[in-house]
Parts: sequence; structure tokens; C-alpha cells
Amino acid sequence: MAILVLAEHDNAALKLDTAKVVTAARAIGDDVHVLVVGHQCGAVAQAAQALQGVAQVLVADNSAYEAHLAENVAKLLVDLAPNYSHILAAASSAGKDTLPRVAALLDVAQISEVIGVVSSDTFVRPIYAGNALATVQSHDAIKVMTVRASAFDAAAQGNSAAVTTLDKVFEAKTQFVSQSLTVSARPELGNAGIIVSGGRGMGSGENFGMLEQLADKLGAAVGASRAAVDAGFVPNDLQVGQTGKIVAPNLYIAVGISGAIQHLAGMKDAKVIVAINKDPEAPIFQVADYGLEADLFDAVPELIATLG
Amino acid sequence: MKVLVPVKRVVDANVKVRVKADNTSVDTANLKMALNPFCEIAVEEAVRLKEAGSATEVVVVSIGNKAVQEQLRTALALGADRAIHIDTEEELTPVSIAKLLKAVQEKEQAQLVLFGKQSIDGDNNQTGQMFAALTDMPQATFASEIKVEGNSVQVAREIDGGMQTLSLPLPAVVTADLRLNEPRYASLPNIMKAKRKPLDVLTVADLGVTLKAHQTVVKVTPPAERKAGIMVASVAELVEKLKNEAKVI
Repeated sequence: MAILVLAEHDNAALKLDTAKVVTAARAIGDDVHVLVVGHQCGAVAQAAQALQGVAQVLVADNSAYEAHLAENVAKLLVDLAPNYSHILAAASSAGKDTLPRVAALLDVAQISEVIGVVSSDTFVRPIYAGNALATVQSHDAIKVMTVRASAFDAAAQGNSAAVTTLDKVFEAKTQFVSQSLTVSARPELGNAGIIVSGGRGMGSGENFGMLEQLADKLGAAVGASRAAVDAGFVPNDLQVGQTGKIVAPNLYIAVGISGAIQHLAGMKDAKVIVAINKDPEAPIFQVADYGLEADLFDAVPELIATLG
Repeated sequence: MKVLVPVKRVVDANVKVRVKADNTSVDTANLKMALNPFCEIAVEEAVRLKEAGSATEVVVVSIGNKAVQEQLRTALALGADRAIHIDTEEELTPVSIAKLLKAVQEKEQAQLVLFGKQSIDGDNNQTGQMFAALTDMPQATFASEIKVEGNSVQVAREIDGGMQTLSLPLPAVVTADLRLNEPRYASLPNIMKAKRKPLDVLTVADLGVTLKAHQTVVKVTPPAERKAGIMVASVAELVEKLKNEAKVI
């Protein structure tokens, strides 16, 4: 049976997360379909067609789907479900919102934040903020799961999968009111190769300007700890951790972050971790590959200057 | 308006857990337990709705063995009016929990059901959404602001990349994110008062729900240890290491 991947997109562009979920799907089986649900999302469907390993793209394009509401997108997925052995989505805010609704309507359990595929019914996922890994075998006929995108490489491009248009429209009781997105020229946090993150030690929102300068030198994204978000230094969508974004960049630079369990949950799979902190006892030093005990207000400007 | 708040007993957020030597599960024996932080935020929000006059009654419910009554009492001390304990020794998946809560909702007919967005032990982030699906209610997950307006509720949600606002007709399901509010501390007089508030105990059989075994945990292992790093003495040394040793810049 085929595997269905729910595409992650903003109606204009396909998110890289989808290419990563396609890789997870291909580790389960060969017949991978991608579902694009949205409004005026032709460009997204084209990008999905190009992903290597995708056999078919299903497109449901209707104004009812514009806001990607879990309520009606779940009904559409349930309608398609009998043709599939697995239904996957990225463990993004949209995937986490929608897939449990699908699983409950199908009377199956969901497996969240899958980081490894053992076989077509057995998967690995982190629990307790990443302090343990559970290998779970599903007995359900349809496996519904969200995939931690940072644990898989993105599928390559260069394919031209067939497209099927879906006409069925489901309505939602929920009304979309408004949306405000953080605009940034820097790479998206989830897909950045380098992340520069600040914590409470930054002291103020203005001081984050320093990290932004450093990020621009490195072509990096800017992240933050919960303390920095709660203090109002930066918007909450920059939060890295158990309750924010889970990232695994090549390089993670933690500046003025102590390294609480909940923060480590979001970044300890980074390839190289650098910690800059004036407290030598900070737990972040226990996971850092390179630690620098220094006042960040001296070290960060010096780092920017050294990088030229 | 009645508000129903499902809550969970979990290992305290500041405790670092260890995997059992036989790799069957995480060792939770003798660890400090607490109300799941997201559930605490949900209770706080329900109590605030009551204080603002939007809610008339706040009912908390928890599923598990007798020990969960401790967390129900905590929720009562925070201002909930009444508690329901569904007594079971079994470890249940979120879909089974959602089914039991649906049976509770059929009795209670709450207008607003407020969940935490996830429990910090299972990290599933599923139960609220599943409950909404089973009861065919609209849902707003990851809420950072809730406004009850007549027969609807307006919710600001934390989404990847920013914020989104939705309006849901009641009855509705909302799951709380961290930034929804700052939970209060229970005062000693309120803790004493909570001991006298009603707490009903029900069994799975009382609710007439049949549960399925959906999955088996094959093993639980510790994550790969990171090898110990080094301390560098200067920014220059750090840049040199990142360029030539780690080759990441």
C-alpha cells in the first residue's frame, strides 16, 4: 500500500520539511504520494512533483483550505486514508495540529516526532524532552505519524510525478481571523546550517542586534531560549527547545544560555555546539564541543570582528 | 459556561530522568512528581475565565492510579471547583485517553475544554486534538491568548513563523501554550480548602468505554552521549577550531 505525505506549505512555496518527510516515507516503502491542500497552491504542487521518490501528487485546491485548518484538512485526509498504509506529516505546528485529529477519526494511535524508521510498523521517537528514545511498534492498520524533519535529509529534486486533482471539499466550523508572521531575511530556523541563539544573558532585545550581526556574518538563523522569549527580547517563534523548534544544524552557537533540560531538548543533535557563557558551571558546557568562558558582551563583538 | 480541564501527573520538569537498565522504560520510581506545566497553565486560564465572569464552573479530570488525586487536589487549590479521577493502572495512549475524556464530556457537557498542548513525559502533543476529533468540536491548539465572546471563543495561536488568530463557535477545544499565562501559586488556605472540594472517582467500566491496545513499546534506550568537548581560552582560538578542526565555518 502507498504512503501519504501531507505537504507543508504557505500556499506559495513548499517548505523544505516536506522533502525531509518524503525521505522518511521512502525508508518505509516505495510508493510515496504527496497531498497538497491549500488555495491557489499550483506552485507548491509543482515543487512537490519535482521531489525524487514521489510517485504521485494529489492536489486539493479550494478557498476552504486556505488557512490550513486542522478541522477540515483532517476530514480530507480521513477520506483518502483507506488507500494508504501510512500517513505522514512534518512535526511542525501545522502537522501537530492536524494529524492527531486524523488518527482519532481513524481510531488509531499516532506516533509523534519520529526520528528513525526500524521497519514499516516500528519507529523510534524521543520522550522526556529527548532524555530517552522509545522504539514503538504500531498494531494499527493505518500508521499515522509526525516526523521530526531535522532527523532526515531532504529528498533531492529532478522528478516529475503525476498530478491528480481532488474535488471533494470539506468545510470547517472554525473561522480564520488573522495571521502575523515574523519577517526575516535570514534562513528559516528549522533548515539553517548555522544557528546563533541567545538567552537571558543577552539582557535586552536591543542586545540581540549583536547576535543578528554575528548571524549575518555566518549566514546563520537567530534562535532563542525560553527565558529570552519570556523576557520579551524576541518573538516566540524563535524559541528553540522542547516546546519551541527542534533543530539540528551543523553549528549551534549558544550565547548566554544556561542549558536547561527543555532547551537542550531542542538543539542537542546539532553537529557542533559552541557555548559562550560567563558561568563555568552552566550545564550548556556539558554538551558543548567548544566552550568559551567569557562575558558575551566582550566575546560576541570580538567574534564578529574576527570573522571580518 | 462550564470549563473542563484534563490534567496529567508527570515527573517534575526539573528532574532529569534515567532509562531503566533493562531498557523497558524510564525509571520514575521515587522521582518528584508534579502537575504537567502545560496543564497548570490550562487550569490557571480556566480559573481566570471564572474570575472574569465568563466561566461558571471549572471541572478538572485526570486519568491514572490513585496518585493522580494529588495533582487533582493541586488543581482544586489553584481554583478549580470539582475534580474527577478516572481510576486505572494502565498506561494509555492519547487516543484511549481522548475516548475516556469524551465519555466524561458527554456527562459534563462543558462549553470549553482546555488542555495543555503536550505532556512533558510522553511529548505526544495529541490528546486535545484527538478529543476535538472524537467530539466533533472545533480546535485551537497552542493558544497564547483566549477571549470568550458570547457563543464563540477567539484564540491567538503560536504557529511556526508567527501568530494566527482563529474564532471558534462553542463548544470548543483549546490547548494551552506556555505563554498563555503565568500560573499562580496555591496559598496554604486554598490548599486546605481544596481538601474539602468534591472529587469523584470513576472507573473505565463506569464510563462504558472499550479501549484497544494500539502499540507496544519494544524498548526504551538512552540517547547517544555527546563526547566531551573542550574549553577554549579565547575568541581567536574558538574561530580557529571552528574553521580548521570542526570545519563548520
